Order: sequence, then structure tokens, then C-alpha cells
Amino acid sequence: MNYHWNWRVFWEPAPSGTGTYLDMLLSGLVLTIETALCAWIIALAFGAVIGVLRTLPSKTASLVGFAYVEFFRNMPLLVQLFLWYFVLPELLPRASGLWLKQLPGAPFYTAAIGIGLFMSARVAEQTRAGISSLPRGQKLAATALGLTTAQTYRYVLLPMAFRIILPPLTSEFLSTIKNTSVALTIGLIELTAEARAMQEFSFQVFEAFTAATVLYLLINIVVVIVMRFVERGVAVPGYITGK
Amino acid sequence: MFANFDFDVIRRSLTYLFFDGMTFTLTLTSLATCGGIIFGTLLAMMRLSGFWLLSRFAGLYVDLMRSLPLVLVIFWFYFLVPYIGQWLTGASRPIRVGAFASSLVTFTLFEAAYFSEIMRAGIQSISRGQPAAAQALGLTYGQTMRYVVLPQAFRNMLPVLLTQTIVLFQDTSLVYVLSIPDFLGAASKVAQRDGRLVEMYLFAALVYFVISCVASFGVRRLQARLAFAR
Repeated sequence: MNYHWNWRVFWEPAPSGTGTYLDMLLSGLVLTIETALCAWIIALAFGAVIGVLRTLPSKTASLVGFAYVEFFRNMPLLVQLFLWYFVLPELLPRASGLWLKQLPGAPFYTAAIGIGLFMSARVAEQTRAGISSLPRGQKLAATALGLTTAQTYRYVLLPMAFRIILPPLTSEFLSTIKNTSVALTIGLIELTAEARAMQEFSFQVFEAFTAATVLYLLINIVVVIVMRFVERGVAVPGYITGK
Repeated sequence: MFANFDFDVIRRSLTYLFFDGMTFTLTLTSLATCGGIIFGTLLAMMRLSGFWLLSRFAGLYVDLMRSLPLVLVIFWFYFLVPYIGQWLTGASRPIRVGAFASSLVTFTLFEAAYFSEIMRAGIQSISRGQPAAAQALGLTYGQTMRYVVLPQAFRNMLPVLLTQTIVLFQDTSLVYVLSIPDFLGAASKVAQRDGRLVEMYLFAALVYFVISCVASFGVRRLQARLAFAR
């Protein structure tokens, strides 16, 4: 292979003038993590609500939940981000559309909300699966004790359901982190975008992408380890994984 | 809101969108699905095999692919495939690889990791008595897989494989980052040429939505029928 390797390129100053190429990549890493965390909060909040809606006895509620999930699941994430970023400001009244377009950090907010809502449909499916995997007796017993529907969910169903779906939620969180890279198409300079920029400035293609790869692997490992501790911490004694 | 909506721009570009863009998207989806399932099945068999080296390699490959964002993998292969081609053909310089070939290699190898996890679950869902009975009949490992295990694994996993294909169909839109005119790329080109972002992106969203909805409805029907037949 006649490729010119130069691993020291990371310590050379980047033309952006803000430090070395390594600083560039690290600032991308920080932005990736920030975006992923914001998106994850939105995904969890909306996903939990929609997931609960789909298990309620009310026909309307489960229909609303179904429509929501199908809406966000059947369009590519890239298309959804374009809708939020390019189309939404045009459809709003002139003044608020203009305000939205000139908002500093618009790519960040768009990415957080767009990816958050996209992932919320998946979280909703997991939540629904978790709730319906509980034995029917739990809900019946709660009703027999005189708990209202809200109390049943708050004190009986959800605490167990979330513990059950913790492992799939971990992999949904990992997908959220990976999906932030799609936001480079709307101008979010996160890790993948920084690696690409570094490749364009320095022509060291493989070094730049290797560094990004290593950083993504590191995030993955950290998340998996943290979640293993969380799982152990919240396990209920005598139930599934609990001791 | 929709007062100065220009539907004509969609009508004018329909042939370009569907004959060039959608053809690219669908060809890429179907070829990458076939390639991904073949490689994925091989990876799953490697991972479940008794050879330490094979199963370790397959495990590492699958874990690596699954922890990287697709966009990064697309960039990786876009720059790597010319060098791999040079190495394979023994040419003196990195060979030129077209946009389609590059994205086909990327999606095949990337989705193989996801298909392999599905096939692994499928193979493991076959009860242990089946391969044992096949061996007792004197079938070799290859024959056991070919005639006993894989047909059942495929059948059990068909709905999941098809769902993954729908995900793959949606993921192909990411070749946009290489400015390749797939369906979304074509829509985006027209949108920027005519300054009609709203119409084109809404139309693209609608098309993706309808296709994915119909496909996932079909998968659900199939799942119900398979569950009944079992």
C-alpha cells in the first residue's frame, strides 16, 4: 500500500486555529456526547409516555400511540432531520420562521430534538414490550388494592417494566450516540464531521478515521460498563437478575 | 402555509426521482440485503463454531461494526475500497471505484454484522435434537447446516430479516453524505436547483413513509401467518 502514514499528525496545529488536530477531534467528541445526552432525555420522556399510552385500555390512547410510533419509525432519520431543519421554518409564520433560522446553534437543537423524537418511537416500543411482559396478575392485584390507573403505573407496573427493559434501553442509547453522526448533514460539527474535516485539511484519511473509530469504541465501552453497574444497582432481590 | 406550494416541481422531476434515484436505492437495498444475509449467515456460523479463532474473529467483527455509526463506516469504505481493490488486483495505484460499488461494499459488510446477529438467534432457536439427529443419520456438518438447521432458521427469522431490510432501505439514504444521487440525493439535487426545499423534502418523506409502512404491514401479515403455520 503506497499510503503515507503519519501518526504524529494529531499533534500538528489544525488550520481552524483552535489548537491541534487532536483538540479538534476531542471537541467533536464532546459535542457528540452532549447531543446524544439531550436527545436521550427527549427520547426517554416521550418514549415512556407513548409506550404507556399504547398499553392503556382506552382505544383512542393506543391509536394515538400507534400513529406516533409508525410516523417516526417509517421515515429515515436523515429525512426527518431535513424536515425539522429545512422545512419546518418555512411552514411557520414568517416571523417565527425567521427567528428559527437565525437561532445560533440551530443544528444542535435540531439534532437533539430530531434524533430524540426518532429514538422515542423505539423507546416507546421497548416500554410497551416491558409493560406487556409483566404478569397480568400485577395489574389485577393493583386494581384489587384500590389503586387508580395512574397509581398502578406509577407504583406497580413502570418500576418493574423499566428494570426489565434496561438492557434493550442500553442498546437504544448506544444507537442514539451513533445516530448523532447523521446530524453532520445539517452542519453539526460532531466527531465524524471533525474526522472528515481533519481528513480534508491534512489528507491523512486513515489516521483521522482510526481516531474517530477508537473514540466511538471508547464511548461504547464506557456506556456498557456504566449500565452494567446501574443494572446491578437497581436489581430487585428475588426477581429475574436480582439476587 | 401551503399558499405558494409548487406541486409542479415534483411532477416535473418525477422521472428523474424514480428512474434514477429510486432505482439506485432499491438496487442497493436488494443487493446489500442478499450480500448481507449471505455474509451474515457465514459470520453467524463462524461465531457458533468450535474453532476458537473463527468465533473470536466473527465476534470482534460484529461488535466493531455494531458500535460504529454508519456514516463513519461509509466514509471509511469510501476511502478504503480503492486500496483494497489495489491490493486484490495487484495494481500499482489505488483503483478507481464507482459510487455504487463503494456503497454496495459498505452496506453489505455493515449490514452483515446485523444480519449475523439475527441468524445467530435463528440457529440457536433450533432445538439441539435436530443437529444431533442429523449427525446420527451420518450427515456432515455442511449437510446438517444446509438441509436441517439453516432452512428452519431462515423460516423462523424471516420476519426479523425483512424488518432489518426495511431498516436497511431507510439507511441507504445516508449515501447522501457522499453526494450520490439515490432517491433522497436526487430529491435534494432538484430541491437545491429549483430552490424548492419544502416541496421536495416533504415529497421524499412521504414516499419513504408510504413504502416503509406498506412493507412493515406486509411483514406483520407474514408474521401472523408464520405463527399460525408453526
